[in-house]
Amino acid sequence: MTDLESRPSFARTNLRRRTFVGYLLGGATLAVAADLSLGNPAYAAVPSLPQISELYDLGDLQTDAARPTANLIRIVINTDGTASFELPRMEVGQGITTSTAMIIAEELDLPVDKVHVSLAPARPELMFNQLTGGSNTTVSTYTPIRVAAAIARNALLDAAAIELGSIVALLTSKEGVITGPTGASVSYADLATKAASPTTKAVSVTLAPRSSFSVIGTPQNRVDALAAVTGRKTFTLDLDIPGALPTMVCRPPTLNGSPQSISNRAQVLAMPGVTHVEAVGTGVAVRAATFGQCIDAVRALVVVWNPGSVEGESDATVLAKLRAAEIPLAVPAIPLLAQTIEAEFTFMFRSSAALEPNCAVADVRSDHATVWAGLKAPIVAQGEIAAAIGLPVDKVTVNVVTGGGSFGHKLFNDAALEAAKISQKMGVPVKLMWHRADEPRQGRVHPMATSRIRATVLLGQVLTFEQRHTSVSTDFGHGLGEMISHNLDKLPTGLGNLGFAETIFTLTQELPYDFGVVTQLLNECDMRFNTGSMRNIYSPDVACANELMVDRLAALTGQDPVAFRLAFLKNSRVKDVLRKVASVGQWGRSMPAGMAQGVAVHSEYKGATAVLVEIDCRPATVNRPITNGVTGPRVTKAVIAVDAGLVINPRGLEAQMMGGVSDGIALALTSSLHLRDGHFLEASWDNYFYTREWNAPLDFQCIVMPSTSEQPGGAGEAGVAASVSAVACAYARATGTMPTRFPINHDQLSFTVKPFVPPIPESPTDGLSYTF
Amino acid sequence: MGQHTFILNGSTVTVNVDDDVRLLWVLRDVLGITGPKYGCGINVCKACTSHINGKAFNPCSVQVKDIGPTDQVTTIEGLPATVGAELHPMQEAWLENDVAQCGYCQPGQIMAAVAKVNQVHAAGREITDADLDEIRNICRCGTYSRIRTAIRAGAEAM
Repeated sequence: MTDLESRPSFARTNLRRRTFVGYLLGGATLAVAADLSLGNPAYAAVPSLPQISELYDLGDLQTDAARPTANLIRIVINTDGTASFELPRMEVGQGITTSTAMIIAEELDLPVDKVHVSLAPARPELMFNQLTGGSNTTVSTYTPIRVAAAIARNALLDAAAIELGSIVALLTSKEGVITGPTGASVSYADLATKAASPTTKAVSVTLAPRSSFSVIGTPQNRVDALAAVTGRKTFTLDLDIPGALPTMVCRPPTLNGSPQSISNRAQVLAMPGVTHVEAVGTGVAVRAATFGQCIDAVRALVVVWNPGSVEGESDATVLAKLRAAEIPLAVPAIPLLAQTIEAEFTFMFRSSAALEPNCAVADVRSDHATVWAGLKAPIVAQGEIAAAIGLPVDKVTVNVVTGGGSFGHKLFNDAALEAAKISQKMGVPVKLMWHRADEPRQGRVHPMATSRIRATVLLGQVLTFEQRHTSVSTDFGHGLGEMISHNLDKLPTGLGNLGFAETIFTLTQELPYDFGVVTQLLNECDMRFNTGSMRNIYSPDVACANELMVDRLAALTGQDPVAFRLAFLKNSRVKDVLRKVASVGQWGRSMPAGMAQGVAVHSEYKGATAVLVEIDCRPATVNRPITNGVTGPRVTKAVIAVDAGLVINPRGLEAQMMGGVSDGIALALTSSLHLRDGHFLEASWDNYFYTREWNAPLDFQCIVMPSTSEQPGGAGEAGVAASVSAVACAYARATGTMPTRFPINHDQLSFTVKPFVPPIPESPTDGLSYTF
Repeated sequence: MGQHTFILNGSTVTVNVDDDVRLLWVLRDVLGITGPKYGCGINVCKACTSHINGKAFNPCSVQVKDIGPTDQVTTIEGLPATVGAELHPMQEAWLENDVAQCGYCQPGQIMAAVAKVNQVHAAGREITDADLDEIRNICRCGTYSRIRTAIRAGAEAM
């Protein structure tokens, strides 16, 4: 098999010093633009030997999907010397406003804090080039943004040459000031209008070589950090839209139920602060002066409910359906003496909810509507809202607000659509908020899945590796699906016949090992759940199953897990990150009984990650008491190495890896939903056990690998898969038992289940008893 | 509808609101103070953590009638003024370590951190891992490691 470096050269690696065309836009101040599809040429023929995702992955699909319909992005130089840019992507904490400001600052020779990056509202003309997902933002926007910024700088230099009576070749630009040979200078503020073009015209530009970078690749703090630590960062629920009063929904007791009738509407309408009570498809909406009064009204409502979509179902019944839907393992022709190992892993339902609950502001009038929400696919939201409220798309304005986390949740417009329907029905603006209890019980989840693996070994060589991943259906209806249908005829041969989910699976899954005959197949069944692409989609489950089996294969062949991986890994970048964590994490150091190290790798998003963890499974640690908290084994140390190609902001990349490790710990050990009798039991952060401070590693180290690549890779999701895998492998080694159900503590129900009617708990009144 | 007076970020405020409305909604929906965030409404996620008379508390779980005219409520907006500076040392430490990702939990994290450090310092101790493990604030972005580093740095400057 080939290493990445020795593959046929791709167009995107040949971008050095290439000339691009962009636009000077006519206007009063300097404005420039570039086509968002620049610099991401489609791949040519796909060789047959490597797996598809090695050569043409989800990011390429997204990039190609954007191509035929892409439109212009623009940078404006303001008269105060700053630059403004509306990013057609959504910031949810992953740091793309910061990295984008850095890219512009680099090409424009402007300090990062003089670049203002805001989020573009829904721009239908961009078609599917306005989807934030698949860790694809920097991959797809890096070149077009640089082209626009470089054109702006050239225009500023041209104007400065006239101002300073010199020629461009003798000018230098630095920190927003252009200086001539005599030392005379002029600032971008002075040049903003002088550099403006009276008409729109195409111009060509050559991008700065990587060797000249002074901003890209340097650690930068987030551009919104000060706002975040002072409480000034504005989220959807912080918006002050006139008349948009707090609104909540009384939701059904079982998953996806619907209201049949309201028994006490008049009484609830008479409650303090309440202004409106209206049934909508998803429940009964109440609007009041405060959210506290909404909570009281939701709790007071008496509603007759229609049944939900999974009445009577439980974890066990869904798992039985998955097993029945498994595609059988083929029986490859292998020598008689080969050894076969086989295992099946189960991954329970998980909630993708962020800390900011689903929320949206909507103001729907008879002839137009305005919506504000955190949306990663705002064009899809705009279209769906327009259809739901019966307005033309151009009468619906969808504003994208920075999100309080996403993890895949905000790919969907559940709250925005619901808020628009409620606003239309009530005839007033609404500020809709889901209660925390609504999120795990009715919100989007990562589907339950099984992964069966069979591998055969002979004389220390792995002959076959078969994987059958079977999942509750994953909803890709947020526009990615549209992109795929839009692109089917452009996909490499053989992909066009796969369904949406199988396509995503094929484009994201890459077994990084030379294991002979490798097949990885997906089947999905059961469409009745509210699912979505939780951070890293299939990879955390698939990789966890794979890496546990790799450890077994290593044991079977009598090899050290790191040495075994190095012997079979195909790709030098993956080997390098593995060597790095093994070295920094002191792989193989002796540990007390009940503690162990685990190591795992993952390759996706045009990059590679390796994670080494140490876990403490000794009883004194596992049983350490935390009130209303799950303790269990503790990951005491985590070392992650990441090769993400050309890194824009190593500090931001490290932050994403830290989040990936926190997610991986939760996925392996503690976080799951329990389905019983047609509903999920969890209703609180003390029911759904995402990693907490008492589960966080005491020692965390992230190594950002140096890279000579000209191509940025993805960051937001890249840290999850290897993390969950390493924790699982460490647990297996510490306890001597390979876990096969995740999270490991799923069998313990560690909380008292909150009632389903009313659907949300009362707010406590004893808060002053817990001061510290 | 009752009239309630308390001291908010150094200034006396009076609101007309029903006795049982939780303070979080008085702050956010009535007074427009949006630093304290909603994350659960049941005193679990701690995103609304603020201070009452210098101690950490969660306004989602306190009725406005239980706050008296001499009670000093401090939200993230009023934290710098408690040290007479542009930013509190804990906020500086947060910036220095670039802790925030999405930022939604961070006002509550900082308010909890300041109270925890004050509690530990009052006991004549330095912050330990066991102290940090007691902080219940959820960060769904998983910034815990940087939070721990920042709290230790902020504690040294407090």
